[in-house]
Parts: sequence; structure tokens; C-alpha cells
Amino acid sequence: MMRDRWRRALSHGVLIFSGAAVVLALIPLILILFYVVTRGITALNLDFFRNMPAPVGEPGGGMANAIFGSLIVTGLGSLFAIPIGVIAGVYAAEYRGTRFAAATRFAADTLNGVPSIVIGVFAYGIAVLPFKHFSALAGGLALGIMMIPLIMRTTEELLLLVPSSLREGALALGATRGRAVFTVVLPAALPGIVTGILLALARIAGETAPLIFTSFNNRFWSTSVSHPISTLTVQVFTYAISPYEDWHRQAWAGALVLVTIVSLCSVFARMATARMERLHRGA
Amino acid sequence: MTMRRLTTRPDEMIFRIGTGAFALLLILIVGGIAFELGRQSASSIEKFGWQFWQTDIWDPVAIEFGARPFIWGTLYSSILALLISTPIALGIAIFISELSPEWLRKPLVFLTELLAAVPSIVYGLWGIFILVPVVRQVELNTPSWLKSTPFFSGPPLGVGMLSAAIVLSIMVIPFTSSVAREVLKAVPQAQREGAYALGATRWEAIRMALFYARTGIVGAIMLGFGRALGETMAVTMVIGNNPQISTSLYAPQYTMAAVLANEFAEATGDIYLSALVEIGLVLFVMTLIINTLSRLLIWSMARQKRPRLRRAAVQEAGQPA
Repeated sequence: MMRDRWRRALSHGVLIFSGAAVVLALIPLILILFYVVTRGITALNLDFFRNMPAPVGEPGGGMANAIFGSLIVTGLGSLFAIPIGVIAGVYAAEYRGTRFAAATRFAADTLNGVPSIVIGVFAYGIAVLPFKHFSALAGGLALGIMMIPLIMRTTEELLLLVPSSLREGALALGATRGRAVFTVVLPAALPGIVTGILLALARIAGETAPLIFTSFNNRFWSTSVSHPISTLTVQVFTYAISPYEDWHRQAWAGALVLVTIVSLCSVFARMATARMERLHRGA
Repeated sequence: MTMRRLTTRPDEMIFRIGTGAFALLLILIVGGIAFELGRQSASSIEKFGWQFWQTDIWDPVAIEFGARPFIWGTLYSSILALLISTPIALGIAIFISELSPEWLRKPLVFLTELLAAVPSIVYGLWGIFILVPVVRQVELNTPSWLKSTPFFSGPPLGVGMLSAAIVLSIMVIPFTSSVAREVLKAVPQAQREGAYALGATRWEAIRMALFYARTGIVGAIMLGFGRALGETMAVTMVIGNNPQISTSLYAPQYTMAAVLANEFAEATGDIYLSALVEIGLVLFVMTLIINTLSRLLIWSMARQKRPRLRRAAVQEAGQPA
């Protein structure tokens, strides 16, 4: 009898603990979102998006150049990561059973697990060191490398959702495999590919570590891909560890912008996946 | 016969080689990272040898490089983070997969994934301005008998190992819990029904499911470990950046990733740079081993159980969202 009561009490205890664990994990999430929103919103104004940084120690100014720089660096990364990721994903889906496809998949998962700071060191070695200066291009390279495995794996997964009848129809009409894939299967999987790209963007939009010593920072407006450029994340970092009250304020504003961008990418990715599934699940 | 004919058609070969070339790029990038890190760190490896990982003095001006404090800081902070995060992450996985009512499941999964979507730099910002002052208060109010133990000694700075471990553990929770959840889902229902039929309590049935899924659970924990090892910005901002080896949770320390973030851009001199790259190389190898082991464990669990899981687990292993 005593033993039974003990067993039942233990069971209840563990169940209560697991519920408490959920609450325990939600507390920091709520706290973080609360502070980012409340502190960010009071610091966020039109000047933040429109103005250049003020001289050191002076209040005011904004992050216009950093926002522009983030767009440039992310754009450069996407420019080469999207084609590589999508086509590698096509290969992995088309030749699913082959040993080479398995090796690629393994490489993608490995790349996904490499710490972003290490990718930064790599990008520094091949795109900064030989040219002896930091550049937007080197930052884009680092971010692009981080995007590739994500885009590839999502493309692969979602290509498999496309009903085989579509491909077989194209092949039966005499299309070559390449033509069937690129004109029939890939367009049908477009929402899925968009999902992959958005997920990759959501992941790299907040990346700071690989940019510190690739695209570096720049207090001025720069449009050149071969020069250092300011980015939102590096700017938030610089401001956060600075001694100035006003810079801290702007760092919170930057954090709010970052969290908003990442959330939007995730929400759109979710919508695209839902669309993809509606299109093909029933078929 | 038809398959053979198909694969030898020229247009088929062009397609295969054309797309295969892009796939090959992924392998080349991973190989390239290993090669480049090895090449850049060669002069440091040659000059310092094993001494590099056995000495504690990091003085770039005197060209003295001992990286032991960094590897200590990385391992200590990651292990502490795991100690905090693992019970919580498993609790969440158990709650979502075994206890939660159906309608609550999706929102909870979404919220825990949100935890993974918050950028590292935002965790760092929150850490500096919100968490560190709270930790400092706790440190100030530590009873003196506790302060005399090696774990809670030192001045109450706020920044230090404790703050880093807390931030890291929050960041690792979603990774561990999402994989653990998938793994638990793969445990056959009959396993639980059998336990109940024998008169097990709810916890005893769950414990059996956990035991059944043990390889996958260990894989989930290791995945979190791999993430913690390489985490950079948030840790850099709260750990205090002081290269010393201390067991004290209050002591400001340093990690491998943090020293790269702080010093790489300003590293002057070839040997200084090479020493930093060597730290990056070791970090790369460590995460490579941990992640590969973790993936193998999750895979082996998935392969013997349900094919459906394999996809889900692999996806989660790579990406939170």
C-alpha cells in the first residue's frame, strides 16, 4: 500500500515537473520579447531608418547605413546561395538512393552544424586575407555558405511532395529528365522552395558573428561590395557594448527591427509551406 | 534494363552531371573549410605544438599564446548549460508529446520554436541589460558560507560564467526539446499500453518510453551540446571575457568562440592570426564530432523505428524553425 502511494505521488510529481518545465522555458521567452518590444519601441522612430549614425558620444542619429548594408550583404549571400542550394536539392531529390546524394546530404548537415563564427574565419581566409581588406562581399560569402544547406534540404524535402504523376506525365510526353524537372516539377514545388529561402533568410538575418571580421563595419554610407560595410547586427553589437546611453537605446531599436524581420520570414515560410501542402497533399 | 538505357542517354547524363556539380559544391565547401583552417593554423601548430593547449598565458603583445582557458571556458559553460537545459527540455518534450491536450500542442511547439528563432545578438543584448544586473544582485546576496566554496567565490560582477550558462541554456532548450519530442513520438503506442496493462503509473509508462527512445534522447542532448559549443555572440556579451581557469560560477571567463569574435578583426601579426585560426580549427573539429555522433544516434533510432521520423528528426536537427 505504502509503495503504491509512493509510486502515485512520484508520478504526479514528475507530471507537475514537466508542466513546470514548459512554464520555465516560456518565462525567458516572454521576458525577452517584452523588453525588446517595450525598449525598442520607445527608441524607434523615423530618424532611426533615415539618419546616419551621429558622431561618437553625441545623441541622435540612426542606422540607415546599417539597414542598407544588411540588405546588400544578405542580397549578395542569397545571390549565390539560392541557385546552389536549389539545384543541389534537385540533385538530392532526383537521385535520392545514390551514394553521392547521401554524401551531399551528409555534407549539408555537417555544414549546418558548423558554428557561424568558424564560417566567418573561413570567409576571412579566402575573401579578406588575399585582398588585404574587409569587404561586403566577404560578409555575403559567409552568410551565403550558411544559407546553402538549409535551402538544399528544404528543396529536397518539398520536391518529394510533388506527385509523381506530374513528372510521369511530362516524361510520357517525351520531355527529357532535365526538362521535366525544371519546367514541371520545380514550378510545382515553388512554394516549397520559397519556404526554404525564407527559412534560410530567417536564420541569417540575425547573424553577427561571421560578419564582425568579414564585412566589418563602416560609419559611412557605402554601396561598394569591395569595401567594409555596416550591418544592423554588427551595429547593434557595437552599440550594446559601448558606454553611451543613447547607443544602448538604439541597440534596443535595432533588436526590435531584427526580431520583426526574423518573425516575418518565419511566418511567411509557414504560409508557403501550408500552401504547398494544400496543393499536393491530397493529390 | 530500361533504367540502364535511361541513365546512359546523353541528355540524362548532362542533367545528372550538371546538377551533381552543384551538389558537389557542398562537399567542396566543407572540405574547403577544413583545408583552409588547417592551412592558416599551420604556423601556429608548428611553433607551439601541444604547448598551445597546455598553457594559460594569452599575451599577444609578448607573442605568448596558451589556449587552455578558452577550451576550459567553452567546455565548462556548455556543460553547465546542458545541466540546466536538459531536464527542462525533456520536461517540455514529455509534456508536449505525452500529456498536453491536443489543442495546446501546436501553440506550445510554436512557442518553443520561437525561442530558437530569436537571434543570438538579441539574447546578448537582453543578457547585458536585464539578466546580468539580476545575476549581480543574486551574487551580492550570496550567504558567506556559500561564498567560501570554490563554486561561488569571487567578486559579484554579474558578468561571468553563471550569466553565460543561463543564457546558453535558454538558447539550447528548443533544439533538445524538439528532437526529443520527435523521438518520443516514434515510440510505438503498444509500448505504453503494455506498461499500463501491467499496472504502471503514468510516469512509469513514460519512463519506459524514454528508455525505449534512449539513443535518440542522447542524440538530442548531444545536438544541444554542439550548439552550445559554437554559440558566440550571446556568450561573448555576458561571460566577462577574461582568460582564466576557474571553477567559480561568478568568475568572468572566456570561450573559444568569444575570443575569435573579440580579437580576430584586430589580430596583428601572422602568428597571432594563426593562433586564433587554430582555436577555430579545434572548435570546428569538436562540433563536427559531436554533431556527427548526435546525428548517427538520431538516425539509428529513426531507422529501426518509423521511416517518417527520419525526415522530421533530420530536419529539426538542422533547423529550429
